[in-house]
Amino acid sequence: MRFLDEYRDPAAAEQLRQLIARTATRPWTLMEICGGQSHTIIKYGLDELLPRQISLVHGPGCPVCVTPVEQIDKAIRLASRPDTIFCSFGDMLRVPGTTRDLLSVKAAGGDVRVVYSPLDCLKIAAENPQRTIVFFAVGFETTAPANAMAVWQAKRRRLTNFAVLVSHVLVPPAMSALLSSPARRIQGFLAAGHVCAVMGYEEYEPLAERFRVPIVVTGFEPLDLLEGIFRCVTMLEEGRIGVENQYARVVSREGNRQARELLSEVFEITDRKWRGIGVIPQSGFRLRPTYADFDAELRFPDSAADVPESSLCISGQILQGLKKPPECPAFRTLCTPQSPLGATMVSSEGACAAYYQYGRLQAREELSRA
Amino acid sequence: MCLGIPGQVVATYREHDLLMGKIDFGGVIKQACLEALPGAAVGDYVLIHVGFALARIDEAEAREVFAFLERMNELGELEYPRPPGG
Repeated sequence: MRFLDEYRDPAAAEQLRQLIARTATRPWTLMEICGGQSHTIIKYGLDELLPRQISLVHGPGCPVCVTPVEQIDKAIRLASRPDTIFCSFGDMLRVPGTTRDLLSVKAAGGDVRVVYSPLDCLKIAAENPQRTIVFFAVGFETTAPANAMAVWQAKRRRLTNFAVLVSHVLVPPAMSALLSSPARRIQGFLAAGHVCAVMGYEEYEPLAERFRVPIVVTGFEPLDLLEGIFRCVTMLEEGRIGVENQYARVVSREGNRQARELLSEVFEITDRKWRGIGVIPQSGFRLRPTYADFDAELRFPDSAADVPESSLCISGQILQGLKKPPECPAFRTLCTPQSPLGATMVSSEGACAAYYQYGRLQAREELSRA
Repeated sequence: MCLGIPGQVVATYREHDLLMGKIDFGGVIKQACLEALPGAAVGDYVLIHVGFALARIDEAEAREVFAFLERMNELGELEYPRPPGG
């Protein structure tokens, strides 16, 4: 497919590999933010192509992974209501709550439907006026405009039987939390290209300044990632901080103005808890009061106690780039994609699940020590 | 989750007063909301995420990495002889 296949060209990948190898004179640790990028890196073995002094750590950019258990439990309780049609992206269905997942609600006769787009829910709402349609609105800034559009359009079309369970998270506050950590190892970032397609990269410029790091907005194909790494390593070697844009075919500095306007019309910023990390201030979206009628949490009040996370699971450290999946004693034994213990195994884009899926049983660092 | 797929707009229309498009993803046609790309026209390549267009793909920028590698090649900076496609 056009704009995909050419960015998987092995000859160009080899050229970029050579440029990286020639540029890197010292050890550098880079973090790719997005789970989709981690997936490409592990799938194509890009980290193994790099010179040994370049270490890639995998960031928290998987919204499925970081959705807190309490929110999954809420979704399960909503989906179990007999008058509800619960709609979700497919990847949320297998994420375990405290005792079960959404798929088990469906298996027990609940009306749980996978939608391709949040806008599909409006069609379901119009066709089922006697029932309440609840959509599980998860995602980063990339997904938020589509979800905002569904709510905005539902209000305009007076589809009062539609509501959303919002669990939106935002990238820059998470980067800021990671960079403020005393255990910080990250020296440069590959920012998430599709988040920036919406938001642009203006908000990353003060982050780069404040924490003195280079940030390269990067795409998702192998050549995008190799070029992003090359540009980030070049900035580190030259002692430059700031933001560069590798993914200019899609991302502009100001992002998508219409999408951003829609976001600020429908959503406001709020604190959010991240599975594996904890509460990060001002790190998510909730509906504005003008859209309160569409807020499933207000329409179906529910008291949810905090759920403790597994004491074995090290997903918090993995999400912060402090450890790699094979360093966890539960990896592949007590914790598998079929019965995950924590955030990074619950979605195929989580770092642990990617390592599991592609048979990466040892961290590259361990391999090189062996 | 943040998967975005490039596709080509083959038709535009309005539905419930929203600008929509039929998008060709290598032969598979799906609908998407084009409301965030008000100028989108037939023939444009756009990036679609969960049925919602986020960006128009800039064809000149898309060639940039290949042009850069070609320049590096010409400067003799690279050992790999074959210039990449694209």
